[in-house]
Amino acid sequence: MKANDVILQTVTKVVSFIILSFAAYLFFAGHHDPGGGFIGGLVTASALVLLFLAFDIRTISNGIPINYRLLVGIGLAVSTVTAVGRSYDSRFSHTFEYVDFPLFGEIELATSVLFELGVVLTVVGGTLTIILSISEDV
Amino acid sequence: MNVTTIEVIVSVLVLFGVILALISAFGLIRLPDVYTRSHAATKSATLGVLVTLTGAFMFFGLEEGFFSIRLVLGIVFVFLTAPVAGHLVCRAAYRSGVPLDKRTVQDDLEPILGTQEERQAENKERHRRPHS
Repeated sequence: MKANDVILQTVTKVVSFIILSFAAYLFFAGHHDPGGGFIGGLVTASALVLLFLAFDIRTISNGIPINYRLLVGIGLAVSTVTAVGRSYDSRFSHTFEYVDFPLFGEIELATSVLFELGVVLTVVGGTLTIILSISEDV
Repeated sequence: MNVTTIEVIVSVLVLFGVILALISAFGLIRLPDVYTRSHAATKSATLGVLVTLTGAFMFFGLEEGFFSIRLVLGIVFVFLTAPVAGHLVCRAAYRSGVPLDKRTVQDDLEPILGTQEERQAENKERHRRPHS
């Protein structure tokens, strides 16, 4: 019997966008409010897991062709490079700068955001690697 | 002690939400089978959460002057997802052959999905060979 998942799939199409935008909000809010790379990555991963639940693995893998094992490596590389790039004066720290943007005004740009971006990629990659390798039929 | 109108509205909303959640908990205890329980848990608990969140939103928006978009998003999210969760729980229960209450008079899905024994047997079969 073919499964009929119209309700779940339709709601997933709407809700995954809410979850992903909330994940982006959590990621950028991390400097001054609760949030940051780790939970931003986990919420992103949960949106993807919801997609995998509502549709099937093959459909989503065709739609989002990402190798999640590679994503872990890219995330670790990004985090390492942001630390190494600052260490030319033998300090392992982050820097920040205030930049004037035409529409948004003065915004604080910090290199810790790049570090957190690496954390996001690592968390998303690690979580989805675990879940997809568990769910595969052996 | 001065009590503003907003505080009265907010406390009424929150109290109403809490009472709805309590009623839904009583429904979970008192009702006979999984379908009526899901009916109680989904509807009244969702409305309880929505009303409580609306109260919190009004408190932060009107009393503290902080427009919390996260609460609006939470309200929309719960309103969208909780009924779907109830639907999926009921559907999984019916398809795996959970019995209806003895007082049930009519079951329109039975001719389509098979009797309760057939559904249970099919479910057992599916669990024995999960990779088919």
